[in-house]
Amino acid sequence: MALPAYKTTGQRFWHYVYLAFCAFVMFFLVAPLVAVIPLSFTSEAFLNFTPGMLSLDPDAFSFRWYRLLVGDCSDAVITTVCSDKWMIGLKNSFFVGIASTILATTLGILAALGLSKPHMPYRKLIMAALISPMIVPLIISAAGMFIFFAKVNLVSTFTGLIFAHTALGLPFVVITVTATMSGFDHSLTRAAENLGGHPTHNFFKIQLPLIAPGVISGALFAFITSFDEIVVVLFVGGADQLTLPRQMWAGIRQEISPTILAAATILVLISVALLTTIELLRRRSERLRGISPA
Amino acid sequence: MAVTTAPDVDVSGPILTSDGKPLKASLQKSLRKNKIRAMLLVAPTFVFLLFTFIIPVLALMMNSVDDTYINEVLPRSFAEFENWDAKELPPESMYKAMFTDIVEAEGLQIGKGSTRMNYAQSGWKSLMKKSRRNFNKLIKNEPDFAGPYKEAMIKADKRWGQLKYWQSLSVMKSNYTAGYYWNAIDRKYDVNKNVVMQPESRQVYVTFWLRTLLVSMLVTVFCVILAYPVAHLLATLPLRYSNILMICVLMPFWTSLLVRIVAWMIMLQQQGVVNDSLVAMGIVADDNRWEMMYNFTGTLIVMTQVLLPFMILPIYSVMKTISPVYMKAAQNLGATPRWAFIKVYVPQTLPGVGAGVILVFIVAIGYYITPELVGGKDGQLIGNQIAYHLKQSLNWGLASAMGVILLAAILILYWVYDKIVGIDNMRMG
Repeated sequence: MALPAYKTTGQRFWHYVYLAFCAFVMFFLVAPLVAVIPLSFTSEAFLNFTPGMLSLDPDAFSFRWYRLLVGDCSDAVITTVCSDKWMIGLKNSFFVGIASTILATTLGILAALGLSKPHMPYRKLIMAALISPMIVPLIISAAGMFIFFAKVNLVSTFTGLIFAHTALGLPFVVITVTATMSGFDHSLTRAAENLGGHPTHNFFKIQLPLIAPGVISGALFAFITSFDEIVVVLFVGGADQLTLPRQMWAGIRQEISPTILAAATILVLISVALLTTIELLRRRSERLRGISPA
Repeated sequence: MAVTTAPDVDVSGPILTSDGKPLKASLQKSLRKNKIRAMLLVAPTFVFLLFTFIIPVLALMMNSVDDTYINEVLPRSFAEFENWDAKELPPESMYKAMFTDIVEAEGLQIGKGSTRMNYAQSGWKSLMKKSRRNFNKLIKNEPDFAGPYKEAMIKADKRWGQLKYWQSLSVMKSNYTAGYYWNAIDRKYDVNKNVVMQPESRQVYVTFWLRTLLVSMLVTVFCVILAYPVAHLLATLPLRYSNILMICVLMPFWTSLLVRIVAWMIMLQQQGVVNDSLVAMGIVADDNRWEMMYNFTGTLIVMTQVLLPFMILPIYSVMKTISPVYMKAAQNLGATPRWAFIKVYVPQTLPGVGAGVILVFIVAIGYYITPELVGGKDGQLIGNQIAYHLKQSLNWGLASAMGVILLAAILILYWVYDKIVGIDNMRMG
């Protein structure tokens, strides 16, 4: 950023201090994440940059920790415990994530449809109740679920975990879908009804395709919420509900090895991919709404 | 047209619809139908959330005051307690009641119940377990044993002859107790149900509450200091550059919390990247590396980085709306740039700063994962105590009471937030 010529030396000095400070904050935000990625390709079992890595020696890099991650234990040099737990965790994470996303999306769309009706009573109160899982700290939600689920035998079951994750993901679906719904032209459904369409048919043929961007980004948020969730899993899940974050948690608590960095790198890539999709959808929907006459 | 050529319409009566019903009633009926339809759409979601979230949180609240269990285990003793003045050792009838209660209860009930009794008066747990064993033996040897109970019980364990154990029943005789709340702030009921301080060695929780407040405040302050210039830069740079910087802000926001914690571990540990670099630059001696992980500092650094986007985004979204014209006007009117910044720019950004402060504070106060993994001993917060009592010491009552206090604090903060900014204006970029 160039400064105008009339600025005094003092002003210039403070301007550069300001820029340096911002650079430091950006570094602070991003550096740890950036450091993880190259370190996950190390060929040594240490968690720091070896001289070989710094001089970009190809021998210092390897995929051995990724092989460990997928349960390939053929690497005899590695002394750390090798198991298929990461793969089980990944499978469980996808299972719980997809199941709770489907549930949260279905329930969220229904609620958003109801909330967007002009005659909905107690709208503010119901909305507050529906987004409360987002507001209450996770430790309190997890504690409450743990106590209540213990009474109804849902602790250490996949059903319990899926229900819990659905509750946590629901607010995101409700928020994104009601937001999309607010830009929806209700005369379209009325026109469809006038033309004799059945309400269910109209919903799937007219309304759903138009609110799809909101639905998809809500669903993706719900999925990430479940996929990254660790607190509730620790309380509500048992030994069988080994999800990826839970396996990572166990790994961090025992001894952090480059395997965890490899898993972290993959998680970074997954969340960046998912959230880029959300951002693109949001822009698309904004653009569509921008050119619509409403 | 219709009005002038329809003289047969009786305008004085109620307006009727085509099927002859009054229009008002018909309209109301259709409105009611719409209302019911809307509610039916919301109902499944609401019921689902009721059972998976709202009732669990209510169960937590109930659990923090609930004391019915012990009353179910020892019903006769508590009934007798009503007739006792609690000044001297209880009468024979109360000994008999306690004896019968202990003999008739199941082993598991005595185990769980005595754990609860131990919170009121330490020693109960071993007394109850030992007594159950001894009394059962006594019954076995003398099937028609009918007293004297007092003598037999004191013989079995001399603690039955101590007044304080009997008196401590007063704390438990009601089905509801505030005892866990007092415990959560290092106080307790004495045997006469007065609130007193815990003994010095057991005063731990106030420290945790204060530390939680301190960490949340420090993290909030650090976040404001770090976020303000960055938000300003983001808001004033041309869109092309600011978009790239925005990705830097959002990337940590998007990645899993555990990943960020792992990242900080490799940065901050003794053999980590930061220490290695400092040693390489000669700032720190190799044998005197900084300890930045598994302590209070670790919690602060990691929490600040994790929560920073929550501060940058609201401040940025407010700064974005501030027109540069005001600053120019102030300077035209003779203000120095610094003075214009302080007097004109900063006040306009305060809503964003306020939103960020409350948001960061609320999230920080309920943190559990970060302190658990990087906090070591002196970086643990109240969230960790809740988890500890829920999963390890199994004092659910105390864990619930702490949770409810925390929840109440957060709801108050949200209420303040709603008053200042409005929940609906909450934006995450």
